[in-house]
Amino acid sequence: MALNHEFVGKAFPYDEAFCVGVEKIREFARSIGDDNPLYCDRDAARRAGYPDVIAPPTFAIAVIMKAQDKLLFDPALGLDFDVVVHGNQRFIHHRPIVAGDELTATPYVDQVRVMAGNDVVTLRTEVTDPAGNPVCTALGTLVARGTA
Amino acid sequence: MTPAFDDVAVGDELPPLTYHVTRKQLVQYAGAAGDFNSIHWNKRVAVEVGLPDVIAHGMFTMASAGRVVTDWIGDPGKVKEYEVRFTRPVVVADDDAGAQVELTAVVGALNASARTARVDITAKFQGQTVLGKARMLVALD
Repeated sequence: MALNHEFVGKAFPYDEAFCVGVEKIREFARSIGDDNPLYCDRDAARRAGYPDVIAPPTFAIAVIMKAQDKLLFDPALGLDFDVVVHGNQRFIHHRPIVAGDELTATPYVDQVRVMAGNDVVTLRTEVTDPAGNPVCTALGTLVARGTA
Repeated sequence: MTPAFDDVAVGDELPPLTYHVTRKQLVQYAGAAGDFNSIHWNKRVAVEVGLPDVIAHGMFTMASAGRVVTDWIGDPGKVKEYEVRFTRPVVVADDDAGAQVELTAVVGALNASARTARVDITAKFQGQTVLGKARMLVALD
């Protein structure tokens, strides 16, 4: 099924902010078996100059998940989710994510294309704080195998 | 302690790291990340879509691989960029041993004006790389 090119270049705002909690960061760090004290020890994080525990570099995926899924599961986009694999992922951190952050994720469809019989979607999701300052830019490619 | 920029050279190897991933951890990660795709915990579904068995989330592998660099710099808040391509799945058997992934990393480039290093990561499962172009850009002291 062909992907809908009308999605390209558009923003898909997601209204609900992601409120970053201490326990969510600790849970994420535990799940990847990472005991870095800056992820779990609030005093250690403050001694390092942060307002609270900081998130691992890939925690941003949890922040953007709902906003991206809303877009990717939109039937009008035409992505067959049963055969989707993650092609690549990149995070550009403008500053670390810290417990207490209230973050808004806004996905954009940067590109849709056909490559070797696969439909390929490139997403860019801008993560910002309540003042609109950039926190993280997440770039990801999703590949629907054999759908093109 | 984050390494000082002046003490780091292109080609420097970071201390290697090996991690084990079990089914239980994949379930933990699914909850932590909010990614409940069945192929990461349900063999029946994984086999139905043509996989040999349950596979780790690509994002789990990315997260775990990054540790070889964040352990070296100490402060993960100094990660400026991190990117990977997902090239091969990490198959996680239903046993206590799970899968073993071996990580190595080498300083690939330095930027003197920004005082940053690009570290290139290699992640191997059963002797084969599972990530391509895995690179982390970090600020050094």
